Amino acid sequence: MAAPKKSVAKESGQEKADGSHEPLEFTREQELTALRDMLLIRRFEEKAGQLYGMGAIGGFCHLYIGQEAIVVGMQMALKKGDQVITGYRDHGHMLACGMEAKGVMAELTGRHGGYSKGKGGSMHMFSKEKNFFGGHGIVGAQVSLGTGLAFANRYRGNDFVSLAYFGDGASNQGQVYESFNMAELWKLPVIYVIENNRYAMGTSVTRSSAQTDFSKRGISFNIPGEQVDGMDVRAVKAAGDKAVQWCREGKGPFILEMQTYRYRGHSMSDPAKYRTREEVDKVRHDQDPIEQVRNRLLAAKMSEQELKAIDAEVREIVNAAADFAQHDPEPDASELYTDIYR
Amino acid sequence: MPIQVLMPALSPTMEKGNLSKWLKKEGEAIKSGDVIAEIETDKATMEVEATDEGTLGKILIPEGSQDVAVNTPIATILADGESAADLGKPSAPAKQEKAAGSAPAAEAKAEAPASSREEKKSPSAPKAVAEPDPEVPEGTEMVTMTIREALRDAMAEEMRRDPDVFIMGEEVAEYQGAYKVSQGLLQEFGAKRVIDTPITEHGFAGIGVGAAMAGLKPIVEFMTFNFAMQAMDQIINSAAKTLYMSGGQMGCSIVFRGPNGAAARVAAQHSQDYSAWYSQVPGLKVVAPFSAADYKGLLKAAIRDPNPVIFLENEMLYGHSGEVPKLDDYVIPLGKARIVRTGGHVTIVSWSNGMSYALKAADELAKEGIEAEVIDLRTLRPMDTDTIVASVKKTGRAVTVEEGWQQNGVGAEIAARIMEHAFDYLDAPVARVSGKDVPMPYAANLEKLALPSVAEVVEAAKAVCYR
Repeated sequence: MAAPKKSVAKESGQEKADGSHEPLEFTREQELTALRDMLLIRRFEEKAGQLYGMGAIGGFCHLYIGQEAIVVGMQMALKKGDQVITGYRDHGHMLACGMEAKGVMAELTGRHGGYSKGKGGSMHMFSKEKNFFGGHGIVGAQVSLGTGLAFANRYRGNDFVSLAYFGDGASNQGQVYESFNMAELWKLPVIYVIENNRYAMGTSVTRSSAQTDFSKRGISFNIPGEQVDGMDVRAVKAAGDKAVQWCREGKGPFILEMQTYRYRGHSMSDPAKYRTREEVDKVRHDQDPIEQVRNRLLAAKMSEQELKAIDAEVREIVNAAADFAQHDPEPDASELYTDIYR
Repeated sequence: MPIQVLMPALSPTMEKGNLSKWLKKEGEAIKSGDVIAEIETDKATMEVEATDEGTLGKILIPEGSQDVAVNTPIATILADGESAADLGKPSAPAKQEKAAGSAPAAEAKAEAPASSREEKKSPSAPKAVAEPDPEVPEGTEMVTMTIREALRDAMAEEMRRDPDVFIMGEEVAEYQGAYKVSQGLLQEFGAKRVIDTPITEHGFAGIGVGAAMAGLKPIVEFMTFNFAMQAMDQIINSAAKTLYMSGGQMGCSIVFRGPNGAAARVAAQHSQDYSAWYSQVPGLKVVAPFSAADYKGLLKAAIRDPNPVIFLENEMLYGHSGEVPKLDDYVIPLGKARIVRTGGHVTIVSWSNGMSYALKAADELAKEGIEAEVIDLRTLRPMDTDTIVASVKKTGRAVTVEEGWQQNGVGAEIAARIMEHAFDYLDAPVARVSGKDVPMPYAANLEKLALPSVAEVVEAAKAVCYR
């Protein structure tokens, strides 16, 4: 397994090409926010995995464990009013957007209190209030849709930015390039965040992609791109800041390839035979995004006690969400025929 | 032997045009490729190039002539050694001149010049004796306009009314529309709201849906619905289903519109009726009008509708004229059929260009003493079952007419609904007239056979009347 080739934040984050400096170090407050938000996703996903095993969650369930630094770091670069859209591995994105764990978990269990009243499930959730536009089950569709969100921002003349997340697998879909073309042609404020977790379901990037440097996928459209160490939340935030600024200044789209890794299978039903246990363990041991922050905080004299308190707080939220999700009623039968037209 | 120059067809559906200008005089020498005249249709002005060498012998149709039918001899060209005296002699086989113009993109994709047999294929729209639409007050002034103009006016009115409405698609702006439906919109509303897209249906359909999710009201024009197959995923999976999947939080107000169904002589990939495809999908509304007034009123309603609407137009009808009420805001609610002709013997249900056959057939049937009630469905989803059932309860007989394929077609759905709601009133099984179960052939004779005909509708109506 190759380690991420380079980290923009590590190499050029401190000293950019133009000589200016970007802050790479987080303040203690930022470290704590990042730790808490990543832990919430990690514990939420572990619980979702448990509930799936118990049969409380049905269908497909794609866990985000290992990739937490990406959505947390990117969210720290956004402002209220910016939009987020992603594919089916979406639980982390929703929590990072500030959607409630209860509503997300209850959607996973198909209950009335879920964000979509139980009608969407794991892959299809939305929150107008939090500017989260889904949750899309068709690989690559969110790229055109996210470009459309950016189109609306430009049409309205505001300075909001849309984030379209997709994976290394979706990067090979045709509509991604149709969108790249129009986004650059019309200078749309969209950041394409490619979460390269090295496997499109069971197919590694080297077996599926002629160009495995995804930051270069926009070259023929003149869209700038960068590779980012997606396991380091500070690097993600620094790259996010840069891309957001690019978009807000009206310069058009930006591509960020986040080099990351998913610890679990593609979905709950994936035995992950296409990679070795050693490969997974090595990433967990060497690069875990949460451990990185914990270690820095410990080095900065934060006590184990304080860190445990954060973990306990997060576990309480997740347990409450799981409890709610298992006891909330299923949607009323009358909901079958609602929300088809408005 | 002098060569005749014929009025060329500039598009598969052109039937006539105006000869606006002669650029060569009688007696002037002509080389192949010279522009000899300008002709004009309601869509475009095109130049006529000579394909032969010689001298312009006689101008048969003077400039300024209106409505010159395609294939009419417009001039003669004398070959070397011939003189005006030869003009009396029988002419060489007529040659249709090549039209060169400013339509390369549309030609490439949809409008390759073809010969002009189409008028034989599709019965011209008969002047329907329409019952007044209940929405139009007595004494309202009526304006005659083409369906193309009715569509344009509907979009322009809605764009004036709501700044969130915009149109995007291939050639909608600078080219003024591949079929000239968006003529003048760029000039009035500017490039921000009238947006030329690259040829990239999947991508721009998705961008349209995304913009609609963010609250804008896009009109997405497909040059034809055949190309919307590329965008099917975004239309069905994103546009139609999101409201449901979000528990009612997030939907999209968007219109997908463009020509649907058989054009003329463009063969299987460019001639297909998608009525049944889209009308199967919950979450979509599907509109397929026939008359100019309905095109206008229903498109306005479609643009205002908070749901995704598939607005199926018909290229064969774009140039047809009809009366449109002169009202400030003529909006026809979606989901209501219209009884275009009343009768007590048999109900004929159709929509879009199928109405051409239905109305012609009703005229024929009347001559034989069979009074047909003709229903224009106008909206396919939601379907106005009540109007169909009420009529069938009166007539006891029904025939459906569609250009699309029969299997799982809209006619099959209508027949099932009649069976479910009016079985006891039926005096005969419902008959379906439809396009044949084949890809659309190119050859003129085969194309004609593949489409429904007036004769087939007459035959079906007589059969259900046991005549």
